[in-house]
Amino acid sequence: MSGIYIRKIVFSIFGMLLLIFGGISFYKSRHLKEPVVLSPGVTEVKKLSEYFSGIKGTTNDCNVYFFEGKEPGGTIFVLGGTHPEEPGGRLATWILTENAIMEKGRLIVVNSANRSATTVTRLGGGYPPDFTIPTTWGGQKFRMGDRWSNPLDQWPDPEVYIHFPSRQELAYVDIRNLNRTWPGRPNGTLTEKTCFAFMELIRKEKVDIVIDLHEAELQYPVISTIVAHEKGQELATLVSMILTDMEGFNIGTEFSPKNLHGLSHREIGDNSDAISLLFEAPEPFLDATRGRTTREQLLTGKDEFVMKAGEHGLLFEKIDEHGWPIDVRVGRHISSIIQTMECWTEDHPDKALVIKNVPRYAEVIKNGIGYYLHIPLKAGSKRVFYE
Amino acid sequence: MNVLMNIITIIYYLLVACSSFIMIYNLIKSKKWEQEILYIIVLIPFLLRLFRLK
Repeated sequence: MSGIYIRKIVFSIFGMLLLIFGGISFYKSRHLKEPVVLSPGVTEVKKLSEYFSGIKGTTNDCNVYFFEGKEPGGTIFVLGGTHPEEPGGRLATWILTENAIMEKGRLIVVNSANRSATTVTRLGGGYPPDFTIPTTWGGQKFRMGDRWSNPLDQWPDPEVYIHFPSRQELAYVDIRNLNRTWPGRPNGTLTEKTCFAFMELIRKEKVDIVIDLHEAELQYPVISTIVAHEKGQELATLVSMILTDMEGFNIGTEFSPKNLHGLSHREIGDNSDAISLLFEAPEPFLDATRGRTTREQLLTGKDEFVMKAGEHGLLFEKIDEHGWPIDVRVGRHISSIIQTMECWTEDHPDKALVIKNVPRYAEVIKNGIGYYLHIPLKAGSKRVFYE
Repeated sequence: MNVLMNIITIIYYLLVACSSFIMIYNLIKSKKWEQEILYIIVLIPFLLRLFRLK
């Protein structure tokens, strides 16, 4: 065999090794199993496809956790993972699914609203594929995720995305953005079908309040706030005032624009009887001016470049050397959810929502998120579900 | 629209497979080591997509 062929074989083996190691890494990341140890308060776990068979067997046929209270009341639905690259929302739902007990009313929780988007990171973004939350029993690994559905599950994107049913023209890539495809349609793309399935759930379960959990970059004006449909403006304002006064963190209120379509706070309110709210917490990891995009940066929320942007007045939220740790971001979400239930119950005693066994802001910061995540090995197999 | 997307996706994967085949063919025929390395590096993302890994 001549030298030229030996060289080609050596190069090919090198290429194959790159392909195999890269491929294994991508495959593992896409198929990482995230355990949920069910809280004693979880009374039923359904699949989303039970509300719309069109997504049965797809990546987005996610788990839906039900918490039925001892006494009847209202129904609140909390969505985590609309944008999985904003992990504060998913982690807040994890604390609920592993700890919450309803005394009155009903809680419905989804940890991975756009499960497809949890299986990919931003292309070309150099994002870490996963991150680990330290726990007393070691640590729990989570997929990092992206803002958009995985192109392996939904492709190609159109030149211009025309939203259904408003026919508003939106950015092409947002046809894979779960917070641009509400209220969805049964014969649409995977992301549109997922929204349609959630709308069916909201209508059939007669949900009173829907909360969609998000995080935002500090250079984005809609941050540290509750975005409310007009049906929920009074509720959101009351929640914002009480949280700011009592819990030691600032959270504002924004009104959902009537002419910006596809967003949960607009379309859920318009297309169902439910009040729709969207919570935003600060996440420096998403800022365009950030430094290295690492797991540490994701969890500590510290970044000297974002701080420098703040010194030049380019941010809509403060940041200092303490950053925005993940415990703070998750704690904000959890307290905001609890406060929403309390304010709602005051106004609607006949549709009360009373929750217990869930930590508030100060407790999450004091103990850390990992304190509220339970070891899957010690739970019975019937009490462990995977996202 | 979904039908159209499926047709485009099938055509796309055929194109990816065809491009991969041409690159492998050129790799075999090439006489320059720099080109061989280039073909291998360019081929990797095509194969990752073809095998639906990325």
